[in-house]
Amino acid sequence: MNATILTVDDSRTMRDMLRMALTDAGFRVIQAEDGLHGLDVLRQEMPEVIITDINMPRMDGFGFIEAVRQDAKYRAVPILVLTTESDEEKKLRARRAGATGWIVKPFDPVKLVSAIRRVAA
Amino acid sequence: MIEKSPHDLAREAEFVAFRAGGLEFCINIMSVREIRGWTPATAIPRAPSYIRGVINLRGVVLPIVDLGVRLGLPGTEPTARHVIIVAQVGERAAGLLVDSVSDILSVEDTSIQATPDVASNLARTFVRGVIAMDGRMISVITLDNVLPAMELEAA
Amino acid sequence: MDPMAEIRLTFFQECEEQLTALENGLLGMQEGSADSELVNAVFRAVHSIKGGAGAFKLNTLVSFAHVFETALDKVRSGSIVPDADAMKLFLRAADALSDLVSASRDGAVLDTAPYAAIEEEFDALLGGAGGAAEDDDFQSLDFQPVTTAFSGEDAAPEATTAPARSSFLIRFRPLRELFAKANDPLALFRELTRLGRLQAQCDIKNLPFLDTMEPEDSYLSWELRLESDCDIAAVKEVFDFVDGDCDLSIEVGLPAQPAVMAAAPEASGPPPRIVQDGQADVAVPPPSVAPLPAPAEAEAAAQPKASARTAVQPTIRVDLDRVDRLINLVGELVINQAMLTQRVLHSSHVRDREVTSSLEELERLTREIQESVMAIRAQPVRPLFQRMSRIVREVADATGKDVRLRTEGEATEVDKTVVELLADPLTHMIRNAVDHGLETPEQRIAAGKAPEGTVRLAAAHRSGRVIIEVSDDGAGINRPRVLQKAIANGLVPPDSQLNDSEIDNLLFLPGFSTAQSISNISGRGVGMDVVKRSIQALGGRISIASSPGQGSTFTLSLPLTLAVLDGIVVTVDEQTFVIPLTAIVETVKHEQSRIHHVGEHSFVLRVRDVLVPLIDVGAELGVRPPANQVRSGVAILIETANGSRSALLVDNIQDQRQVVIKSLETNYKRVDGIAAATILGDGRVAMILDVDALVGLRHHDWSSTEIPFAKAS
Repeated sequence: MNATILTVDDSRTMRDMLRMALTDAGFRVIQAEDGLHGLDVLRQEMPEVIITDINMPRMDGFGFIEAVRQDAKYRAVPILVLTTESDEEKKLRARRAGATGWIVKPFDPVKLVSAIRRVAA
Repeated sequence: MIEKSPHDLAREAEFVAFRAGGLEFCINIMSVREIRGWTPATAIPRAPSYIRGVINLRGVVLPIVDLGVRLGLPGTEPTARHVIIVAQVGERAAGLLVDSVSDILSVEDTSIQATPDVASNLARTFVRGVIAMDGRMISVITLDNVLPAMELEAA
Repeated sequence: MDPMAEIRLTFFQECEEQLTALENGLLGMQEGSADSELVNAVFRAVHSIKGGAGAFKLNTLVSFAHVFETALDKVRSGSIVPDADAMKLFLRAADALSDLVSASRDGAVLDTAPYAAIEEEFDALLGGAGGAAEDDDFQSLDFQPVTTAFSGEDAAPEATTAPARSSFLIRFRPLRELFAKANDPLALFRELTRLGRLQAQCDIKNLPFLDTMEPEDSYLSWELRLESDCDIAAVKEVFDFVDGDCDLSIEVGLPAQPAVMAAAPEASGPPPRIVQDGQADVAVPPPSVAPLPAPAEAEAAAQPKASARTAVQPTIRVDLDRVDRLINLVGELVINQAMLTQRVLHSSHVRDREVTSSLEELERLTREIQESVMAIRAQPVRPLFQRMSRIVREVADATGKDVRLRTEGEATEVDKTVVELLADPLTHMIRNAVDHGLETPEQRIAAGKAPEGTVRLAAAHRSGRVIIEVSDDGAGINRPRVLQKAIANGLVPPDSQLNDSEIDNLLFLPGFSTAQSISNISGRGVGMDVVKRSIQALGGRISIASSPGQGSTFTLSLPLTLAVLDGIVVTVDEQTFVIPLTAIVETVKHEQSRIHHVGEHSFVLRVRDVLVPLIDVGAELGVRPPANQVRSGVAILIETANGSRSALLVDNIQDQRQVVIKSLETNYKRVDGIAAATILGDGRVAMILDVDALVGLRHHDWSSTEIPFAKAS
């Protein structure tokens, strides 16, 4: 499977970890550093799945998801949010904004891939 | 005994033989980086007499040691025929000014003999042993002390 | 490197950045900025460290960061308004977090007591209202699904030994919200097939006629039979993401084989449930087809002023080795370009105008490439300055002083190595400023000053160098005491008559303080002579200005780069030397009438009305023997780091040019009076003079003209 995944996270560490796990699983990975950057990347790329962090400078995950869902072109692109275990409130807000699912940090590469499978068309 | 064991092979080394101050010496080829012709050196203030100065070796400032003088032998005025052996000396690199490079010797450890007792103190600092070969006496030298010591910054 | 180790490295690098952002933000908050983006940035920094630490199982770090983050979250939500004490606690916590990060990185054994103490203070701050950040405010709301205990034949709890084959009956009706979130029933079914054998039956009875059908709505439902040896939790996990966006029921049928019963149903995870709350969810507004906001616009909207410095500039990370290799190569290019120019211009038959102008163009390009390449190594002094605020806090705490650090010009860029090598001397100067420069609050009040002292740390570019000033508004240098101490330490004779500046400069003399070694320069009690030497080793100079009752200012002047230097090329006894331009005041007329013989091989030159020592560079460097007759030549008036002046006598001046600095120490050793080497246009090496050392070879370098006691030594 050579699907493209956009990861949006301001932490280089997290981006690197995601990239490692995802490329190992055979995905093509493109990256953005925050929500605005993510929107920029989306002007040139059409990823199969988007993974986004919530706490980011400039535009956070909620804002990013809302902006993506507002564009008809991206309405069907699944978006997974990265949250910490106990963050039910964030999970809920993310879903309200239009997130498809979530990945709990620190993530397990196997669960990461299975979460992607569950949403990827 | 025809076959050498790997152990024996490991003990064989190659040496670059050269003449300096009228005598024959050699150094382990592993420490030699290149051999080039003499180019005029820039004097270093307050350097010992055996330091000819520094040259520009492709952007690196390389000190030149007049090996004959360093070994307590008469020095020579270098000409275009003289040779610089660029060698690794610990962490540093140095150019050794010698009269000429003669050949590369393949020598087994066991054929290196101890330095004769008659050698001078200076010679004993540098000479690690002697190779007798085809009627030649070639001193194996170590470069450990060939450059002046790195001093700590004066307070 | 193993990729995980590499990411670990990245993590700790990033921690450094986050810690900087954290401190930055906290200091901004302390200054009274109520900007919510600032608080967010502070929160994010801690949150981000926690996140990465979790991935590397750095549990101590995670739990400390968590407590810290919880408190910051309260600030963010407005439930705590941080007062001065709270801000101090945050800053201390930031320092502790920084220590914890270092310890985690180095795998050091930790004394957890200080962290526990801070955690307790946080508990007190939160006033027992505590709890984790995420747990209280939004306790579940409508997210909690309606759960009903799974009734029926007490179905297959998890088998602990052999997996039992179960049959699951799943009724699934997606709601339109499910599609709005880009979930796809097919993906879910595909996932179910990974668990076992799946039979799906689609129910289309709710499908309306085409003319009444809403394209965005959901009309289908499914009945799925799954034969699997997994437990019900695994089946439910598949539907995790669509929880609330569908009607779902999962029933466990009779196992295909008798199951081995588990000890207790509780052990099999959450109780089975039927989920039915989909309708409660707020309907998704009809999707509007709005284009993505234009980047500039969105950026402007999303970015308050205060966060401008956090704006993301596209960057790449490059190995320093690669940059340095490039810098070396460009250095070669500069030398080769100079050699080429020199050779072409010296061979008369090709002196044609086009060749000359091409050579000039080449020189311009080469210079431009060189400058651009150097700029890669340039870094703002900000991180360095930020480290100093911690030093100020620590020394202020230790000495019971009230201190505010003001920084200016943090964006000033200097070569990376210069920045790095400045850390120790600067640390020491800052410590000194707080410890010795500033008075206690009581003394300040008595002197009619504000109880809070100020230390100012400023950077600026000035004529090709970077100037760094460390100043305090303290009592100023106590000159009588300094002189007394210098006399007691035998540095100057008891009857010395020194002017103010000469006394101030005594501070730089080795042996003035009780300094012992270079290694503990960042510790206390190390002398300013060590600071001065470190600055000089960087090609810099340091000077003092002090006024009683108003404070002292130390000024550092440093080169922007350690790679090139502007100098004049001179000849001494047919050898070529370079004198750094920064040391040169002017060239002076060198007439017999202005020169006075003051002792064996000793001359002074009168420059206007001042007598300065005349130093024969050739004799000083041992190039030629000293003479009792003044040679002909050119005198160059120079100023050493402490402002004293001398004249250097050389045979003639060839040229003024920029030269590439080459280390003499790499392959040789340090030579007194020589700063470094360079390679000139003819391909030969030339020595760059260290004028301060050259002057110091003859005189104590803290005073300008003749010093009687200096001769005795």
